[in-house]
Amino acid sequence: MKPRTSPFLIAFAALVYIFLVGPLVIVLGAALSDTTYLTFPPHGLSLRWFEKIFEVGAFRTTFVTSFQLAFLATALALLIGIPAAYALNRYRIALPSWLSTVFVLPILVPEIVLGFSLLKSVTVGAGAPIFPTLLIGHTLIVLPYAVRVVSASLASFDFSVEEAAISLGSPPVKTFLTIVLPNIRSGVIAAFILAFITSINDVSTSLFLTGPGISTLPIAILAYVEQYFDPTVASVSVLLMLLTVAVMAIVERTLGLTFLTK
Amino acid sequence: MTQALSIENLTAHYGTTKVLEDLTMHIAAGELVSLLGASGCGKTTTLRLIAGFLDPTAGKITLGGRDLTRLPAYKRDIGLVFQNYALFPHLSVRDNVAFGPKQRGVSVTERERRADAMLQRVGLEGLADRLPAALSGGQKQRVALARALVIEPPLLMFDEPLSNLDAKLRVDMRVEIRQLQRANGTTSVYVTHDQEEAFSISDRVAIMNAGRIMQFDTPEKLYQRPENAFVARFVGFENLIPMRVTARDGRKVTAEAPGGTLLALDEQRLGPIPDRFVLATRADGLEVSADPAAPGLPATLGLRTYLGRAYQYQCDTAAGGLIANGALSAPLASGASARLVPVLDQCCVLKSE
Repeated sequence: MKPRTSPFLIAFAALVYIFLVGPLVIVLGAALSDTTYLTFPPHGLSLRWFEKIFEVGAFRTTFVTSFQLAFLATALALLIGIPAAYALNRYRIALPSWLSTVFVLPILVPEIVLGFSLLKSVTVGAGAPIFPTLLIGHTLIVLPYAVRVVSASLASFDFSVEEAAISLGSPPVKTFLTIVLPNIRSGVIAAFILAFITSINDVSTSLFLTGPGISTLPIAILAYVEQYFDPTVASVSVLLMLLTVAVMAIVERTLGLTFLTK
Repeated sequence: MTQALSIENLTAHYGTTKVLEDLTMHIAAGELVSLLGASGCGKTTTLRLIAGFLDPTAGKITLGGRDLTRLPAYKRDIGLVFQNYALFPHLSVRDNVAFGPKQRGVSVTERERRADAMLQRVGLEGLADRLPAALSGGQKQRVALARALVIEPPLLMFDEPLSNLDAKLRVDMRVEIRQLQRANGTTSVYVTHDQEEAFSISDRVAIMNAGRIMQFDTPEKLYQRPENAFVARFVGFENLIPMRVTARDGRKVTAEAPGGTLLALDEQRLGPIPDRFVLATRADGLEVSADPAAPGLPATLGLRTYLGRAYQYQCDTAAGGLIANGALSAPLASGASARLVPVLDQCCVLKSE
């Protein structure tokens, strides 16, 4: 017996896939074009626009800044977000219900508003250097993802497992590290990936907070597009996609390995 | 290694709600005591206070002379078995059992030897390398038991350990738990809402209600000689008849039931009878008689149900609705008049409330 599937459903699913994958294919095609302007389908095949990336100094430096920023912001967000998510789940009955909403506020506030207020208060108001301000902004943006995703894992965690460990003589903090953390590993990895990608891709907040000498890659791309119209933009986008995928693969592996070896 | 547990004047609150009131109980070394009651009666709160997961607002807990009241949970050395097993999902069965010894600094080879020996005792020697997810409910609970026992705790506590198992396995497991507990002589506290389970495995049972102990006694005493109406109802005394003594002649007592019926009672069989009291019987202890001269309460019979060994009748009397059993040989029709005769050996006398 074959399961019944409607042709309409198949067509619809195909459309969704085309819609999702289409832009990626177009960017990849445009990046490989031999022309001096952005075009799709590509005319001729060439890797010269990939070489061009490394000749543009702004791409090199902002690429490093973006990755540093994403790693640090994600790490900070997890350092704050994991304990917060733990407390929110462990003491759910005792805590007021609005408390968990507080940790979602940064996504509810338009990022432009967040960027502007940080610029006004931290950069101009307190005279803070650019990179730390960017770090604060990005940590705020990614924190809701860290809290939400880790919370989702903790929601299915049975806290009597933690009590069992404590009753067997394991102190609370050690119990958290050796019993709770390994059991919410997939949530932590997912939170890391989501937060990292959100930070790497951020434009709105960074637009306000980048300044002389320090910028992020998306802002540099934006600036480049305003002046030039060659396929370098497409190739840098492809490179960014590939690197993001590579980093996530490495994170999965290493985080997975350290957790497995206790 | 077995120690007596003392709980003195223990009081606990959740926020402003008092969930445990002035609870005092002494459990002898090696004894298995059940805390029995409906949900919300305070039995789990008591267990969590002893384990150190909750702080009492007043009172004292001592184990073998050691004051536990302010000791953090991880220093209390109490073996715990949970309702939902609470095995470490990411550790093998052997590592689950070896977890306690590991916290005590026992070497890898020694703790694995101890874990394997304990797994053998609970009949799981072949499953040491599996993860908990690959075990059945009964096997999981055995691992939990082994994990709690391997640290040789002076006190073992069970929180509804069999509630998630099917009926047949529940009976087998409770026998096993009792045998292991006896063999080790470990003082144990067993929390359950299942009366049969509590009575079958305990040395003594504390029946709890609304944060208090209603009666703390051997299962036999509780079943046959409840001390108050709550415990009487709890152990199945369906009929509680308020009575008043009208005459005494030595140990012979005449008492009046509602509606004016006089019953001849005997302190020799029922124990001391106060002037006002409640006569409690199960349906078995109240016989339906068609003889209008029988020494019992006049009743109009209602619905009749067949129990196999007897017929049971819902009866309407001056003392309210009662439940009584009648002989199989003479079924009576609904609406018939009859007498309900108390069987003194199966009655007990409770103080009026």
